[in-house]
Amino acid sequence: MKVSFTVNGTPRALDVPANTLLVDLLRQHLDLTGTHVGCDTSQCGACTVHLDGRAVKSCTVLAGQLEGAVVTTIEGIGTPARLHPMQEAFRACHALQCGFCTPGMIMAAIELVEYGAIDGSDPAAVRRRVREGLEGNLCRCTGYQNIVDAVMQAAGKMR
Amino acid sequence: MTQTAQIRSETGAGGHGIGASVLRKEDLRFITGAGRYTDDIDLPGQAYAVFLRSPFARARIERIDTDDARAMPGVIAVLTGRDMADDGLGDLPCGWLVKQKDGRDMVAAPHPPLAHTQVNYVGEPYGVVIAATLYDARQAAEAVEVDFTELDPVVDPAHARHSEDIHAGVLGNLAYDWELGDRAATEAALATAAHVTRIELVNNRLIPNAMEPRAAVGAYDPGTGEHTLYTTSQNPHLERLVLSAFVGVAPEHRLRVIAPDVGGGFGSKIFVYPEETAVIWAARKVGRPVKWTAERSESFLADAHGRDHVTHAELGVDADGRFVALKVETTANLGAYLSLFGSSVPTYLYGTLLAGQYRTPNIHVEVHGVYTNTAPVDAYRGAGRPEATYVVERIVETAARELGIDPAELRRRNMIRPDEFPYQTPVALQYDTGNYQASLERALELIDYAGFPARRAAAAARGLRRGIGFSCYIEACGLAPSKLAISLGAGVGLYESGEIRVNPTGSVTVFTGTHSHGQGHETTFAQIVADRFGIGLDDVEVVHGDTGRVEFGLGTYGSRSLSVGGSAISVAADKVIAKGKLIAAHMLETVPGTIEFADGRFGQPGSNQSLSFGEVAFAAYVPANYPDGLEPGLSEKAFYDPANFTFPAGTHIAEVEVDPETGVVEVVAFVAVDDFGRVINPMIVHGQVQGGLAQGIGQALLERCVYDEFGQLRTGSMMDYCLPRADDLPDFTIDTTVTPCTHNPLGAKGCGEAGAIGSPAAIMNAVTDAIGTNDLAMPATPEKVWRALAR
Repeated sequence: MKVSFTVNGTPRALDVPANTLLVDLLRQHLDLTGTHVGCDTSQCGACTVHLDGRAVKSCTVLAGQLEGAVVTTIEGIGTPARLHPMQEAFRACHALQCGFCTPGMIMAAIELVEYGAIDGSDPAAVRRRVREGLEGNLCRCTGYQNIVDAVMQAAGKMR
Repeated sequence: MTQTAQIRSETGAGGHGIGASVLRKEDLRFITGAGRYTDDIDLPGQAYAVFLRSPFARARIERIDTDDARAMPGVIAVLTGRDMADDGLGDLPCGWLVKQKDGRDMVAAPHPPLAHTQVNYVGEPYGVVIAATLYDARQAAEAVEVDFTELDPVVDPAHARHSEDIHAGVLGNLAYDWELGDRAATEAALATAAHVTRIELVNNRLIPNAMEPRAAVGAYDPGTGEHTLYTTSQNPHLERLVLSAFVGVAPEHRLRVIAPDVGGGFGSKIFVYPEETAVIWAARKVGRPVKWTAERSESFLADAHGRDHVTHAELGVDADGRFVALKVETTANLGAYLSLFGSSVPTYLYGTLLAGQYRTPNIHVEVHGVYTNTAPVDAYRGAGRPEATYVVERIVETAARELGIDPAELRRRNMIRPDEFPYQTPVALQYDTGNYQASLERALELIDYAGFPARRAAAAARGLRRGIGFSCYIEACGLAPSKLAISLGAGVGLYESGEIRVNPTGSVTVFTGTHSHGQGHETTFAQIVADRFGIGLDDVEVVHGDTGRVEFGLGTYGSRSLSVGGSAISVAADKVIAKGKLIAAHMLETVPGTIEFADGRFGQPGSNQSLSFGEVAFAAYVPANYPDGLEPGLSEKAFYDPANFTFPAGTHIAEVEVDPETGVVEVVAFVAVDDFGRVINPMIVHGQVQGGLAQGIGQALLERCVYDEFGQLRTGSMMDYCLPRADDLPDFTIDTTVTPCTHNPLGAKGCGEAGAIGSPAAIMNAVTDAIGTNDLAMPATPEKVWRALAR
């Protein structure tokens, strides 16, 4: 099927089978390999991207759902010279080790902040909500503590 | 406390040198999506591999019919284990030959990369479909017809010795009976001990689950005869050595193995697996590059698993509360085949650690390594040392409870004292240095041990049961020296290479035989070199993971990279400076012995004439004004073979609250105080500890690999195997004490595994303290805790 949508600000028109997964479309058809595949059951979150501004696991989205959609991937939020505050905070807080879960984790974290999960005056309660909000993204390296720190730090700058 | 504070003072340096928490150089590519993992690599004309995997735990392969599959669209080849054997490929070797207690060699069952007569675990590959697209390969794999004759599987390691033999000639499914220590003396001491504590322990089987599934892309160039294999490896040189010397896929000098960015390993990517073997073999056979990427389900089935011990232990204690003897008997499940280092994990990496931090004079350990119809078991973060720590620290805690002695006090009473080093244990190791009391006291301070009774009472008022648990672990890292390891059965040396190429402009390229898959070597090793040469961190580039660029290496595992690999780089840096002094002496028209190198400049003390590092580098490559007889160039390398293991140690203390209504355990506080010797980058070290703790707490509370009675894997997905998520874990309190390693130039001991080694015992000691019964096995799931409370 033919599908037209926007990826990282660039309009794209592709002719792919309707059951192509968004993650495969990104990685194999558009060479956007920053989005990763870590499982086959939609459990790990390594493939998290933004679809019309909301974080989604791109292994659960089909090409047939993409007409007119706006997709943002890790490649679309910042560059080494102009990092997104969340990217900067991940580096500053040592919130990544092997880097494999990182793109999905950053995309999930940005949505958490944008949709207000970190608002509140009790830091312990906010940290708890950040942990709950990141529950769909697995990281095997960091133990999550520095990721939570990074989200808290970035939140201040994103406001 | 003053002693502790003093010891801890080394980790606060500024700048980018040794001791500074420099932000990681490698992060920029990872946070922008520019990392390059194996699955990100596509080669022109590549075909795709899908493996044929056994649906049975144990079955004879009677017939494989590939005709229909080969006729399907896009199919290039359907290759079986028989084809591989016909091509003369050898078996996958086990790299550590364990001697049994009667002097015989262990019994290593043949491990063909692709099975051809019998399959021995669910998921074992027996063939591979190569097709133009992944879809085509998957479709064709479904069309391969196989006649299997099912055989009774052996699943439970405790009963393996009395089950049918899995492998012809391996009687009682016993790979080895191994022992260490003095049995007679240990039994005699136990017989006269004032008190004997006995414990039965199961160390639960785990599935590593690095976030990046294994993958391989292989290519063969008929023009040059060169084979190139990109793969998810922690040690590409060892991969090349095994594939050439043992399997015979390609000659070593015509095989290049590249491990690009690797998304975590935790041991599971040390080993040489059937899949990458088949990929590089098939690439040559079909004349096209071949790519394979594991689905997560394949990772669960066919990555090497970890742990899986059943243990009985006895600790004898005298009337003063001093340990007099420890006797341990363990059955270790090795899986269907001996994986690359599978034999060494429950023996030399386990039995040797049973002294822990204590002066126990008599220790004996016996290990029965058994085959079962399950995936091979090998090193997983900690590899033998978490199992040893679990035995020692669970039984010590249990003894404290039985004797009515405070668990911290019982440990204190038995710890090796700082003035007793070097300390020879009764289980072969000689600890070079340590200060166990310092980390214990610091951890007690951080957890506020004195305040625990009040916290317990407060929890009780909320209807919750609060418990505290200790674990004073020790580990042996940087396996060494090579001569000793080889005499004990290791098939390779355990040195490491480091090379420093100073470029004519004064920038530096460092080559290391270790491999970084999250550890941050590109930063830490650059810090060492920048610090030594007095140059900027951005002037140093660290290269690893490519046999075509790095001369040789043994890779990353066993927390060895800094203490062994970093030491090699340090020695190479010494050589660069020594040569630089010769060049500088000539240029400054003085005698070589008078030149000193400090703050990035070569000069004579007391003279205002000096040369920068860059000026000397340039002179080495443009030798106009240059010493006679000295080779041009400034490039040095070192192979560093350590004199001994390093012995990181520390104290972990967990506090948990258990809800008796539901059995849910919450980790409410966790303190880890570790002694890793000298620390190069505290930020990275703390990150390693946090990650290790997450895996250790995962083992204690969440993770368990389950095979059913038919050998089917019941925990074969992330929906069934419970990995720790962000809301399962607390914030950790981490500190370090520092007693530098005495025998390597960096004074470093290694930090990668400590978190996973120490924490399971701390958690289980805390949970059993909270619920008042010791009858609880890992993982302490709500159901098990609730049932334990109901008993």
